[in-house]
Amino acid sequence: MIPFSYSRAGTAEQATAAAASGHRLLGGGTNLVDLMRRGVEQPERLVDVTGLSDDIRPTPQGGLMIGGAVRNAALAGHPAVRREYPVLSRAVLAGASAQIRNMATVAGNIMQRTRCAYFTDAATRGCNKRSPGSGCDAQGGFSRYHAILGGSSACIATHPSDMCVALAALDAQVHLASAAGLRVVPLVEFHRLPGDAPHLDTVLQPGEIITALELPPPPAAMRSAYRKVRDRASYAFALVSVAACVTVDRGTLTDIRLAFGGIAPKPWRALRAEEALRGTPATPQAIAAALALDFAEAKPLDGNAFKLPLASRTAMAVLADLIGDAA
Amino acid sequence: MSRVQNAVIGSVRTVVGWLPERWLPGGSPDPLIGRHGEVGRQLGHLDGPLKVTGAARFAAEVPLEQLCHAALVHSPVARGRIATLDTRAAEAAPGVVLVLTHRTMPRLEPVPLISITNMTAVGNSALPILQDPEIRYNGQVVALVLAETPQQADFAASLIDISYDEAPARTRFEAAKPQARTPASILVERNEEAVGDAEAALRQSAFQVDAIYTTPGHNHAAIEPHAVTAAWTGDRLVLHDATQAIAPTAAALAKLFDIRREDVRVLSPFVGGGFGAKGFWDHHVLAVAAARLVRRPVRLVLSREAVFRMVGGRSPTEQRVALAAEAGGRFTALIHTGYSVMPPYGACPEQYTLGSRALYRAQNVRFGQKHLDLDVVPNTYMRAPGEAVGSFALESAVDELAHQMSMDPIELRLRNDPEVHPLSGIPFSQRALAEAYRQGAEAFGWAARNATPRTRREGEWLLGMGCATGSFPYVRMPAGAVRIRLTRDGRASVACSAQDMGMGTATVQSQHAADRLGLPLAAVSFEMGDSDLPPAPMAGGSGQTVSIVAAVAAAATKLTGELLRLAGNASPLAGLRAGEVRLQEGGLVSLADPARRDSFDAILSRAGREDITVTESAAAPLEMFKYAMQSQSANFCDLRVSAVTGEIRITRLLGVFDVGTILNPRTAASQLRGGMIMGLGMALSEEVLFDERSGRIMNAGLADYHIPAHLDIPEIDVRWTGIPDPRSPLGARGIGEIAITGVAAAIANAVFNATGTRLRDLPLTLDKLLEEEGA
Repeated sequence: MIPFSYSRAGTAEQATAAAASGHRLLGGGTNLVDLMRRGVEQPERLVDVTGLSDDIRPTPQGGLMIGGAVRNAALAGHPAVRREYPVLSRAVLAGASAQIRNMATVAGNIMQRTRCAYFTDAATRGCNKRSPGSGCDAQGGFSRYHAILGGSSACIATHPSDMCVALAALDAQVHLASAAGLRVVPLVEFHRLPGDAPHLDTVLQPGEIITALELPPPPAAMRSAYRKVRDRASYAFALVSVAACVTVDRGTLTDIRLAFGGIAPKPWRALRAEEALRGTPATPQAIAAALALDFAEAKPLDGNAFKLPLASRTAMAVLADLIGDAA
Repeated sequence: MSRVQNAVIGSVRTVVGWLPERWLPGGSPDPLIGRHGEVGRQLGHLDGPLKVTGAARFAAEVPLEQLCHAALVHSPVARGRIATLDTRAAEAAPGVVLVLTHRTMPRLEPVPLISITNMTAVGNSALPILQDPEIRYNGQVVALVLAETPQQADFAASLIDISYDEAPARTRFEAAKPQARTPASILVERNEEAVGDAEAALRQSAFQVDAIYTTPGHNHAAIEPHAVTAAWTGDRLVLHDATQAIAPTAAALAKLFDIRREDVRVLSPFVGGGFGAKGFWDHHVLAVAAARLVRRPVRLVLSREAVFRMVGGRSPTEQRVALAAEAGGRFTALIHTGYSVMPPYGACPEQYTLGSRALYRAQNVRFGQKHLDLDVVPNTYMRAPGEAVGSFALESAVDELAHQMSMDPIELRLRNDPEVHPLSGIPFSQRALAEAYRQGAEAFGWAARNATPRTRREGEWLLGMGCATGSFPYVRMPAGAVRIRLTRDGRASVACSAQDMGMGTATVQSQHAADRLGLPLAAVSFEMGDSDLPPAPMAGGSGQTVSIVAAVAAAATKLTGELLRLAGNASPLAGLRAGEVRLQEGGLVSLADPARRDSFDAILSRAGREDITVTESAAAPLEMFKYAMQSQSANFCDLRVSAVTGEIRITRLLGVFDVGTILNPRTAASQLRGGMIMGLGMALSEEVLFDERSGRIMNAGLADYHIPAHLDIPEIDVRWTGIPDPRSPLGARGIGEIAITGVAAAIANAVFNATGTRLRDLPLTLDKLLEEEGA
């Protein structure tokens, strides 16, 4: 690890100023510090932003505003989250370990980097995300945890967060601040697809920070579920995960929001399937056909082709449970 | 590994076979067998309080003045030469004391490899350590930095600028096969064995299975990474180590650094897990050399990643098992052959076919292993080397055959259970596999299994049961001495350089010494972990406990003789010989007339002595050649497989172990349970991701190398037959390794029972299941 300076920001203004002057933001440190130890990240200046807002409070619209410094464990355990957005609570609890969830922050979770083995090993040569233009060793290497959708020839890394998959299904908004002002970006548009610039994970601009997450009010009678498929029963990243929120009215799927983790560089909303199923009885055959619309553009490799049937089967099982329970 | 060795071992077997039993160890059963004393009692680890309060000092925690800290730099290429090397920035960095590279490292001979012919040899790799600019595997240490703090050393290490001239490396398992070597021997056994014509019998039999089973590399992941603290005073060296081989390490260092053996002291009182990994590796040599150069104590603690890169693990294997039977179930052919990686500079042959040679009676057999040379860190011993992966292949094949024959797999096994060792014809000292299966099947509820796959279901979960046999040979090490000091107040101190990697060495040896010496447990202490004590053999092959027990028994016999001599004519025992008395209740007692007794206090008082000390070694372990001595186990698994995702989750495991006398049910159950958990990890998730393009391990850490998490581990029922082995000290056989064997096969067999899909490639992951099912 190279020497670095450490300071603390007490306010969003201090944090944005620090970010503008080249500081890296430090939340719980559960990902950044690991990457620093391995020489993948080499920031010279860190500013600790865990002193920023760790509030969770209702919004006037009936949703929730969640401070960027809220710890993952606090988010998962918050009564309003458990009551109104159980899919989010479940997703957070499916991730990492209790110790890590106690440290990790909400903003840090969104900002965490891929766990692609070729990215996290600084001695590996080919990684365009770590070292632009160096190639992608994951292609032709171990690609079991890698993307089947949204990747590019430059990068097939997945975003590892569980929380973000639920946030994507909940239509969460990310609140950003910088010296230039405030802006709000939908979570599903916050992470970038790699294209030919995989080193850029998100749309965050230099000098810009995440201040909060906003959840819109949950639809009435929404039923939701998060299912994570993984090799180990705990403390393993998702091979595939599914967050689903549905509303069923007399046998008709009046609302559906469906997001996948583990299969793309960002939490993947299955918008085509949603559109195809909304307002229908959503029979198993219809669900399978609808999912195929989203997966039509999948580009699986030998190492991750299993994710295509796995994602489909998992989503079908999750939806069947939700719809069946509602009927 | 040589033909000469085969001839020598063959002759020993022949000669020992001719000798009358009474001349050999184990010829008459240990008198302590069946005695209910301290041995057999539930006793917690004597050092437990030290460990849980943090008072136990491990090798990386010893406080020393003037200590400096080491960091390592590893090669990112697999083969080639260092082209340019610039250490100036590192040398100028804050706190740096020394930068050691092949240019500045003292010239040293290669480390002698572990072998059966040289018990002081302890090396796992014969490769030169910083002796030249050659790169021989990805992960090889190319530089060491010493600094005042670990952080400074770490930073300075990052400043060393190295470029490499890369050369083609041999890193591909498949590509190496045409050049595979066929060694003459595997450990002490002849490698290639054949009886009859197994291939012909296979073709002609009514039922047959012929399949390839593959297992990936596994890495060591003991909770304590390797660590040493080395301190020189002039030409005297003290090494605080985490090792399974204290005395051999001291001997190896003395030889390597050209100092007297008595000038090396290796201390290793606590070790946080060994499993075969805590042998002698490059970090020993690097730390000791660096400390000598800077004349300051040096601490070198391997990072978790460094353990993966520079300490070998279990070799990957590709095994063929072919098995044929006639309609009644009798095996007509058994073939077990295959490939594993063993570079010529390594020491461990991954003996995956050895277990198969002792487990079943078959009319025609063929066994043989081939070694592949790859440019990799040499593989090493890892809990049940050979048997762990060999039993997966063999016991999967038995299950496949049983299914084909519509026969219960336990029944098929028992119909081929041998009465004598199938190859040598030597009788087993004790073997109760059938009893283990009987007990296990009853306790587990095996009768509830439906032999037709994919018939039991709960919601989306397919339920399955499987079983498999485990086995591991009895090993007693051919070296080792023990010192006993008995004081007038009736207290005894037993000492040797034994190792405890967490199994409870001091605990069970104290229990044993109490019984052997006829003293209460509280009057006995067991000293260990120090090479200044009489040399114990390394802790390996599940052989440490019986090796030390045999030495303690020999020392106790010597003590008895010495005490009788001291007792003299004034003793009530006057005239009796050593064989006519025993140590009991703080004194000597006549076997024939228990009223004739003399206390230690009285004997020593009359002789004007405060204490008496004896040192003795055990007799050579010839019982291993006179008898076929083998432990076995019956493993049962109950699991569920998601019909949606293919996720496999274990519901229950049960193991019944036929391992001789259990010395301490509490520590034994814990050790056996731990072995089964390791077997579960091997079955479901453990796998080294070795990128054959670069020769690099891509999951060198516990986030990505998946050992079981708590949630993966179900209820595990551990039982034993408890039948003593009449030929071994205390009737005991080792229990360190057997518990991992057979578990992966029991799980794979249960997966087949649940799903109807046979997986022959470890780990059993959901993608393989989905692919086989054609999802």
